[in-house]
Amino acid sequence: MLTLCGIVIVVAGFAAGINPLLVVTVAALATGVAAGLNIVAVIAALGHAFTQNRYVGIVWLVLPVIGLLERAGLRERAQSLIADLRQATTGRILILYFLIRQLSAALGLTALGGHAQMVRPLIAPMAEAAAERRFGILTPATRFLIRAHAAAVDNIAVFFGEDIFIAIASILLIKGFLQTNGIEVQPLQLSVWAIPTALVALVVHTIRLLLLDRRLRRQAAAAERTP
Amino acid sequence: MITLPMIYDLAGLMFAAVALQAARDRANPRRLFSAGFWGLYAVNFVAGSYLPDFANGLLVLAMVALAALGLGRGAAITTTDDQRTTGAARHGNILFIPALLIPGVTLLGTLVLKSVIIAGHPLIDPAQATLVSLGLGVVVALIVALILLRPPALAPIREARRLVETIGWAAVLPQMLAALGAVFAVAGVGTVIAGLLNNYLPLHTRLLAVIAYAVGMALFTAIMGNAFAAFPVITAAIGLPLVVHKFGGDPAVVCALGMLSGFCGTLVTPMAANFNIVPAALLELPDRNGVIRVQVPTALVLLMGNIVLMYVLAFPR
Repeated sequence: MLTLCGIVIVVAGFAAGINPLLVVTVAALATGVAAGLNIVAVIAALGHAFTQNRYVGIVWLVLPVIGLLERAGLRERAQSLIADLRQATTGRILILYFLIRQLSAALGLTALGGHAQMVRPLIAPMAEAAAERRFGILTPATRFLIRAHAAAVDNIAVFFGEDIFIAIASILLIKGFLQTNGIEVQPLQLSVWAIPTALVALVVHTIRLLLLDRRLRRQAAAAERTP
Repeated sequence: MITLPMIYDLAGLMFAAVALQAARDRANPRRLFSAGFWGLYAVNFVAGSYLPDFANGLLVLAMVALAALGLGRGAAITTTDDQRTTGAARHGNILFIPALLIPGVTLLGTLVLKSVIIAGHPLIDPAQATLVSLGLGVVVALIVALILLRPPALAPIREARRLVETIGWAAVLPQMLAALGAVFAVAGVGTVIAGLLNNYLPLHTRLLAVIAYAVGMALFTAIMGNAFAAFPVITAAIGLPLVVHKFGGDPAVVCALGMLSGFCGTLVTPMAANFNIVPAALLELPDRNGVIRVQVPTALVLLMGNIVLMYVLAFPR
């Protein structure tokens, strides 16, 4: 039971708003010690796991390129492209990105997106520009809401698209797990059952993005009435 | 052969340059903390494989201490809004070329380059094709951007520092959470949870078992920040013994929908930092949980959807 203290520390620490990096480290050390390891072994295990997972940090290599392009006006260019499209709304742009991201993920192309590569330099500025073209200057709260939606689309589309591809890590994990438990399934048998949820996700999130458009319209109308 | 360690060296060099820039920035009163943090991260990238585990562990603890004390934020050296608007008009759509080269080369590498063999050696390590191709894509995009835009020589690294400081310590959080998951696994946290679930949940009907499995996957994923970590634990505790063996569910349907229920948990937890906390920092949202707030409604509807789908599809009549 004491080994669960790490979970308590994480939940309490996140709720209290303490620096998450510190919370997670304390939770890891406490869990290891509670499980009967000595402190040197726990620190070594932490160092080993952190180093093993360096691949997570590879994505930051894109920052010099993205920064250089931003410096030259990439986001402004993305915005002026959208400003010329009369039919573009925030919701419609995000729905289009959802479709592209989900379809490409279903084909195994999960690399075609990402918050650093696509959302910050291109998708979020386009979604903001569409709202600006319709409603003029946005309040900071509205701007942040649109950005959060842009990030959410990137996540939801890929989560509920990638499992349709037979060679994705989660499908292979399920296959491996069932195999060790004496059940043989083929990846294709698993991936077809990801399709219904993928369709539900597409429908549900499309509706939510259309509702976002409606909310932005109403906010703008309300702002006009109150001088 | 281009291998993952070479890409790690590249990342190490970038963070070392960021650390140097940070150290020289007198506008940041905490510049030495910031330089120390990114410098240690660079050391881990370049030398992590050669250092003993305990040394890497101490390095991580030092990074966490610096982050907890505060890294501050320096003065970015970049263009003004007006200069950017002018730049956008002058460069036009060629600005998109380097941006799209990154995913383009990553795809090409993943699909094609991994089977290219030069003089008997593969061009890139086929086991790590996507990560190596991403590194390659960045190098190609950077060269093209430098040719097209002709920025000052130090601009790439100044821009990298600007964005790295925008993200701050959150850049390291996903890797730290992965490390926490590994410590949890060593300590046997999953086994304890599975025991608790088996002892205290009365799951007498098919519907209750399905709900417990799907909700259990979502909750445990939210705690671990990762559906892959939750899947073996919750499936071994509820999915296989109850939903599949006791009530006769089809294992392929049950497991596929169980994993997707876990993904619903990923959408609502700060523990899945790379999906939820990092983009909030990257998009400069004042609310660290801004992305999560937007995702919660979709996640809840999809979790209910998965429960219904599993109940309907997993049990052939």
